[in-house]
Amino acid sequence: MITGKELREKYIRNQPTAFCPGCGDGMVLNGMSRAVENLGIERKDIVAVSGIGCAAWVVSPYWRVDTLHTTHGRAIPHAIGVKVGNKDLNVVVVSGDGDCVGIGGNHLIHACRNNIDLTVIMINNGLYAMTGGQVAPTTEHGEKTITTPYGNPSQGMDVAELVKAAGASHVARWTTYHMRELTKEVEYALEKKGLSFIEVITQCPTRTGKKDNLSTLEMLEWYKNNTSKNPEDGKITVGRSVDKERPEMADVIYEQIISAGGTLK
Amino acid sequence: MRSPGVYFQEGNLACAEGAMAAGLGFFAGYPITPASEVMHHLARTLPATGGRFIQMEDEIGSMAAITGASWTGLKSMTSTSGPGFSLMMENLGYAYMTETPCVIVNVQRAGPSTGQATKPGTGDVMQSRFGSHGDYEMIALSPNSVQEMFDFTVRAFNLAERYRTPVVLLADAGIGHMREKFTIPEDIEIVERKKPKEGDREFFHTDEKDHVPPMPSFGEGRELLVTGSTHRGDGTRDTAGYDTQDKLVRRLKAKIDDNQQDIIDWEEDSVEDAELVVVSYGSMSRPARGAVKRARKDGLNVGFFRPKVMWPSPEERLKEIGKNSKILLAELSLRGYRMEVERCVGSEKMHVYDRLNSLPTIDMIYTKIKEVMG
Repeated sequence: MITGKELREKYIRNQPTAFCPGCGDGMVLNGMSRAVENLGIERKDIVAVSGIGCAAWVVSPYWRVDTLHTTHGRAIPHAIGVKVGNKDLNVVVVSGDGDCVGIGGNHLIHACRNNIDLTVIMINNGLYAMTGGQVAPTTEHGEKTITTPYGNPSQGMDVAELVKAAGASHVARWTTYHMRELTKEVEYALEKKGLSFIEVITQCPTRTGKKDNLSTLEMLEWYKNNTSKNPEDGKITVGRSVDKERPEMADVIYEQIISAGGTLK
Repeated sequence: MRSPGVYFQEGNLACAEGAMAAGLGFFAGYPITPASEVMHHLARTLPATGGRFIQMEDEIGSMAAITGASWTGLKSMTSTSGPGFSLMMENLGYAYMTETPCVIVNVQRAGPSTGQATKPGTGDVMQSRFGSHGDYEMIALSPNSVQEMFDFTVRAFNLAERYRTPVVLLADAGIGHMREKFTIPEDIEIVERKKPKEGDREFFHTDEKDHVPPMPSFGEGRELLVTGSTHRGDGTRDTAGYDTQDKLVRRLKAKIDDNQQDIIDWEEDSVEDAELVVVSYGSMSRPARGAVKRARKDGLNVGFFRPKVMWPSPEERLKEIGKNSKILLAELSLRGYRMEVERCVGSEKMHVYDRLNSLPTIDMIYTKIKEVMG
């Protein structure tokens, strides 16, 4: 078994990271790295793609694989180019909630519809953290943020339900309290053919913590007490909500090339 | 993909054939008039050549996908028209900043906004050069025949691969939808991107004179850092440092500026002694040339100049011509190339025949030539 220090040396570059103390992004980076290590996937066979925001930094510069750090909200269509370009690569997208479902929401929906073989990890901290704590598509109704000082007039979106409806073949939600489950879920996602979507509800000590006067530990405890695998409990439901088989787009495109008599470039 | 020979086809099809001849490996696009025939032909034909075709959810996604695919080592392309071209601007800047070779075909239509989808226009000339934010340079080619739709598409790929940069093929509906004879030659010059040599570690910096660093692909075990943020030679980003920003942005600009002589191209006719030189490009240059021929037949001292590459512009040549001759710019827009030509030749020499919606007759341009000559 690899030690924490060995894992860090092998998978993480530019240490120490620029993440704020107590940030969940480093925890997700840890989980992803462990998942890859557990599966024995070679780092050269992984391409990690991200957009803009704190979560984008999880893969660029920190994850020691090939990385494509793109424009705000556009990680997924860049990743589709990579996957269709070379389907032997494991393509992982790490995106914040604003990046993934705000500015990039349309790409997410269509990637699910295509069921393209990507692992999409959406780190959901419920607001735009890097730019100063503005309201996000995932912010709860009534929540006060710097751009909703009188309370969020909109509603928070259940992204796991959205991607389920859009056709993702694997959907799960965990929190940073559930690191072991999250690691196993990333392992499952990397092996699962088709679009895997994992939402990770994550604390932001700098924005939410300061605003609500909560420590990182208190936020993690809140996740512990307010989540359940049983939807009947009326809490935030965690766990795997979708696991099904659907045709995967890159595979089909390659098959069509072969049946058209083409030799793959 | 068609074998070498002579064909009678429309410009958009010739463009698709040119792309395949150049070695297209990945196409992503979104339907739009008057460019859709490019993707129609590729959807049917590209798979048999071993290339991947994908229709995306929009033009933002299309531009993103061709950038991602280029990093897997494939030659990549998208095609669009004005409204889609506007949506591509952000990721076009990203492709430039990350030095990602790719080709963007813009079969221009009459704008602004939705404008007239089936009608030709050249109102995107400035956008192709300045449409994305920040300081950058762009290469844009302007075909005026079905043959050039083929030839310039091949050249667009060659320039993209040679200089590791996005290249715009700035066609218009007049050329895209026109049918005429074109030839697919036996021998076509194909340029491949510069790959890293043993021991190369920097893929975003070079001391070579051409300013073009070698480009690796994903999956080679290089732990690549590709980012649209300001970055050092090894790809690590520097979000605030003066030197990194200065060095990178100046090198990217120099890559186009210092290689201008290899990139720029134009044709001219009877310019040396001309009292008036008609400058025109794209579909408009066809009746414009007809008007010049008639004027010369009638004994008027008129020359003709056509930029084949719009950006970088044939600045020096235009300046020379502007010293001795009046200039009549004929274009299918109000502000297409006007500011650039006027900048080069001076406002006192500058005359304009502009038209919207459709091509003029030779007579209409000839009338303007006589008016300008007095």
